[in-house]
Amino acid sequence: MIDWVPPGIVLIAGAFLIPFLKGRAKRAYLLLLPVITFIDLFFMADGTGWAVPFMGYNLVFGQVDRLSMAFGYVFVIMAFIGMLYALHVKEDGQHFAAFLYAGSALGVVFSGDFLSLFVFWEIMAFSGVFLIWYSRDKASRDAGMRYLLVHVFGGLSLLAGIVIRLVNTGSLEFGSLAHGGLDSYLILLGFMVNAAVPPLHAWLSDAYPEATITGAVFLSAFTTKTAVYVLLRAFSGFEILIWFGAAMAVFGVAYALLQNDIRRLLAYEIISQVGYMIAGIGMGTMLSLNGVTAHAFTHILYKGLLFMGAGAVIYTAGKRKFTELGGLYRTMPLTLGLYMVGALSISAVPFFSGFVSKSMIVSASAHEHLAPVWLLLTLASAGTFLLVALRLPYFTFFGKDSGIKAKEPPVNMLLAMGFAAFLNILIGVYPAILYNILPFPVDYVPYTGEHIVWTVQILLFTALGFFLMRDKLMSQPAISLDIDWIYRKGSRAFMWFVEKPLSAAAQLPVRIFLRIADYLMWLGKNPTRAVSLYASTAIFRLLGRFPGMPPHASEKLLENAWKNYPGEPVKKSPVGDSVILVLILMAVYAIYYYIVT
Amino acid sequence: MIEHFPVLIIAVGLLGAFFTPIIGLIRKELCSPWASLITLLQFLISIFLLYQVLAAGNISYWLGGWQPPWGIEYAIDILNAFVLVLVAGVCFSVSIYAKKSLGFEVPGKELPLYTLYILLSTGMLGIVVTGDIFNLYVFLEIGSLAAYALIAVGDRQSLMASFNYMIMGTISASFILLGIGYLYVMTGTLNMADLSERLPELYGRPVILVALALLVVGLSIKTALFPLHTWLPDAYTHAPSAVSAMLAGTFTKVGIYALIRVMFTVISPEYVIETVPVMNILSWVAAAGIVAGSVLAIAQYDIKRMLAYSSVSQIGYIILGVSMANKLAMTGGILHILSHSLMKVGLFMVAGAIIYRTGIRNIYQLKGMGKKMPFTMAAFVIGALSMIGIPPTIGFASKFYLAWGALEAENWVFVAVILLSSLLTAVYFWRIFENVYFGVHEHEEIKKDEVPLSMLLPILIFAAITLLLGLFASLPIGVIEHWVTGVLP
Repeated sequence: MIDWVPPGIVLIAGAFLIPFLKGRAKRAYLLLLPVITFIDLFFMADGTGWAVPFMGYNLVFGQVDRLSMAFGYVFVIMAFIGMLYALHVKEDGQHFAAFLYAGSALGVVFSGDFLSLFVFWEIMAFSGVFLIWYSRDKASRDAGMRYLLVHVFGGLSLLAGIVIRLVNTGSLEFGSLAHGGLDSYLILLGFMVNAAVPPLHAWLSDAYPEATITGAVFLSAFTTKTAVYVLLRAFSGFEILIWFGAAMAVFGVAYALLQNDIRRLLAYEIISQVGYMIAGIGMGTMLSLNGVTAHAFTHILYKGLLFMGAGAVIYTAGKRKFTELGGLYRTMPLTLGLYMVGALSISAVPFFSGFVSKSMIVSASAHEHLAPVWLLLTLASAGTFLLVALRLPYFTFFGKDSGIKAKEPPVNMLLAMGFAAFLNILIGVYPAILYNILPFPVDYVPYTGEHIVWTVQILLFTALGFFLMRDKLMSQPAISLDIDWIYRKGSRAFMWFVEKPLSAAAQLPVRIFLRIADYLMWLGKNPTRAVSLYASTAIFRLLGRFPGMPPHASEKLLENAWKNYPGEPVKKSPVGDSVILVLILMAVYAIYYYIVT
Repeated sequence: MIEHFPVLIIAVGLLGAFFTPIIGLIRKELCSPWASLITLLQFLISIFLLYQVLAAGNISYWLGGWQPPWGIEYAIDILNAFVLVLVAGVCFSVSIYAKKSLGFEVPGKELPLYTLYILLSTGMLGIVVTGDIFNLYVFLEIGSLAAYALIAVGDRQSLMASFNYMIMGTISASFILLGIGYLYVMTGTLNMADLSERLPELYGRPVILVALALLVVGLSIKTALFPLHTWLPDAYTHAPSAVSAMLAGTFTKVGIYALIRVMFTVISPEYVIETVPVMNILSWVAAAGIVAGSVLAIAQYDIKRMLAYSSVSQIGYIILGVSMANKLAMTGGILHILSHSLMKVGLFMVAGAIIYRTGIRNIYQLKGMGKKMPFTMAAFVIGALSMIGIPPTIGFASKFYLAWGALEAENWVFVAVILLSSLLTAVYFWRIFENVYFGVHEHEEIKKDEVPLSMLLPILIFAAITLLLGLFASLPIGVIEHWVTGVLP
């Protein structure tokens, strides 16, 4: 007896009704759909449900246990918040894509086999790109295309891994893959693309800042966390992930430091936070896995809140750069307040949600005696506080008055942010709510005197550092004489290190990736012409001229040919060529057959 | 009556074609419904034949009661019946679509057009239904001649396209005829079943090798297998859209059917796989074709031309699957006959619909089309997703089997080619999506302006089948696997 429906299917199927509703009914429906899905979650029974035979295999759409339920809850809550935030948007297509995207993420979470997982994985990639494209400008179109290329590549790697696994084991069941082997490495690669593990992260920081204001809220929640979920299930205890994760955590922060675009800064912060989760997965202890689940849960809530805050600023002020913003606290006090809740949560300030989840992973690294990891994670934590809770609000809401007359955003946006802020504080104050739904029993107590003191110390020193060198952090040359010269030299050396060697190293994969994508697009305009251009250039280099032509005329010809690219589409070849080709093939076939036998 | 169905499917068509001009002389408008009626009859008969083959086993029909190998035999097994249903179904659906589309693109030519249309349909069904190899050649000529003429009625450049196609087609036909002639000279029989019994004694002889090469090259031209595809892009681009749709969905597929039939039924699988590496060479040619077709498709601006090059690539997939000659790949290849036919017919019909409403063929001018023709473009999206191989479409199922088969053969190059080409396919279709849905039209207000129902309905039905068969892919796969298990050792 099945009395529930896979929640992903509810959202995806429900999305198809959107175009048929109008006005108030539509808005009510948009909010109702996640609520129905949430109620549906409560009816789900542990175990395997919704097994559908397909091509001789069982597709399982309802693999339910505590882990998938925890992710299921937060995904549905986030779908609700995101939809509330996007309620003022008039385009059906955006809502449709958002539900498809959130629904497919839920689909992945409850998939019990690789094939249905892959199906939802692909829907997620292809619907996500629409959330970017709806910005309707050139930057977003290019970024979306690159996003798509990367995800299609990741999907192919995943599919290849799945197929190899199927051939080797004859089973499609989605279980632990931590044993190694080609299939699990390919699948890991596919997962890591979505988790934005450097050097495969470039799509995230490239695309999220270009997404629509409301779309970015959805994007920030689902793709990377779905990847965290599947990694958690398939690769927990895979040790290399610890180091990937710790590096990610620092990398994200270091790189966020250089950003001038508020949402790009937040995008790099996602990479940093996901780094914590990846590290936790690699440790694979009960405490760390609980921590990963908890951190994914709270991360979705506070990162959604941060993106909503940043989106509200962009929506009303129309600007997205630090250098163009400033002094907004007078006109947008509510937005500032709500944003700060998110910022304090991500910084793991006591009584905010991040405190109870992030500390679990950090403690787990201490339990495992992974001192360098612990150090890196703590460092990243301080950096996060510096960037998200101090630098971003300082330059956006305070700092130099930019003279922008921005109002508070629409009510639905404020309500969505309020709800998310409420949940963040609720979890921070009553962590038991969160701990009760974690996959393993929790005996972790976040609120010990020692822990609170330690955290507050780090935060206060970071804050002190910020106010002493805040002008340096604007990444603009500005000297103020009354700062102690040690700080000045120190901060300069630090900024030089971040801006030059570190950033060059970090930029490398991004630059390579962008260049490959751009090259493919260039080549795609006229591949045959491109190939012939390369060929004639090679001939020219080799001989110094084209046969039967003086050198300077050849050079001019070649130059013009490059200039005229892509030119007219493929030249038609006369039918005589084809006829000769037929004869050649015929002769080759016959002779080859004869030789072989 | 029922036992005569195998010949009736042909007789109905020949008679129907004969009466079309007479009906057209009475009233021109009746030609199109008449063609639909005839193709519907053929479709129904083909469904019945498939049902009968599945229920009661292979059918052998003796024309005029003459016992084979002296008389002509119509031999139908699962593969024939499967392709029959596909071909007849496509011909019927496109005939409904053709009424408005042909009426717009080539007005006033109903009389010859529909006569040729029925002849083409009948020729293709004949190739599939017959068990006699010379009869196969005859039907191939009937179909090809009709196709040349149908292409020639298109736009201004269609005459040249048709002429090129005719030259290539004629070379192909003469190669095939020569191949058949050699086989006949050596064995003294034209019946396929009889040939397959007599040939093994002669396998050592060079004549058989020459015949084999002639048949492979001849059929490669007919199926537009790279690098002998040169006739196809021009023909599909300049033919009337309805004709392009029909040809893309059926004619090349029938050529592939003939290739499979000749290689695996007339000549034995062991011979073409192990003794002479016919299949091995074909598979590498096909792999090259997959990549080349996709790359060339990216370079196109004209939507029909792009679809045509995409066909070259997809035909590569089918031949690759068939020629890898393991059970999984073969199943995937034959399933891809079905899936490619469904998606490509749908896509060409959409291209025709766009031309019908706006006259636009350049894909960079398609901006705002998503608002103007929402249903048509939705169908296009489904077809394109299936081409890329995104689940849950039928295109995914067939590519999945192909990739699986390549893994089974442990040929990593083919695996890479299959997956890489998916990426390229995504590139050339996503470019269209981008323009259709996100391109901004600055000057004019876009109103919804869909094509007439008689055009929209077939488009939507093909999109729906692409999705539905993707969800219930085990249905066709079961049928195909049944046949493949019987053929491959």
